[in-house]
Amino acid sequence: MIERSHHDMGGRPAGKVKPTEHDYAEWERRVDAMAVLLGKRATVDERRKNIEALPPDAYDRMAYYEKWIISLTQTLIQRGVITTEELGRKMEEVKARKR
Amino acid sequence: MNPQFVTDYPAVEAKFHLGERVRVRQAAPLGHIRTPFYIRGHVGEIERLCGSFPNPEELAQMRDGLPAQPLYRVRFRQKDVWPDYRGSDKDVLEIEIFQHWLERA
Repeated sequence: MIERSHHDMGGRPAGKVKPTEHDYAEWERRVDAMAVLLGKRATVDERRKNIEALPPDAYDRMAYYEKWIISLTQTLIQRGVITTEELGRKMEEVKARKR
Repeated sequence: MNPQFVTDYPAVEAKFHLGERVRVRQAAPLGHIRTPFYIRGHVGEIERLCGSFPNPEELAQMRDGLPAQPLYRVRFRQKDVWPDYRGSDKDVLEIEIFQHWLERA
């Protein structure tokens, strides 16, 4: 049994919060826009479920919008909007552009 | 008790009244749960009825979340929640919790 999910950390010792300001990178703006445009094809609750399902080390390490893009992608796979094969091929194609 | 927001989803009837003491259910199901772990098992009082909304635990699993569940704002005493709380006795913590997580205290 999982007594307490990793993300549900309210009240655990964690030290002081250190707020930092930064400008959003272009990819972060795009992720946000994609979430808005997908609307009900990827509800906020589904996306949260997928963020909360991240392994603890990934949850701690990933930036806010990294979590968003992972959860959006998971949601689209779960709903059958895209397949893992399509996604895998597209990711290889994008990687190849850089070379 | 009038809800803060009126919605037109088919909804479960609201069963708690203003000021009623309620205990948060002690449970650890899987999935997307919006009731924080640290508040489960604690007793607070109903501060308001926010309205009735589709159950996010169901929405997270791609279902419609209907009938909608009444959502309350529940007020807890900080001293009751945190055993080593050093602030004023009057300090409170308010959390919005769906009816299916609450029982009469």
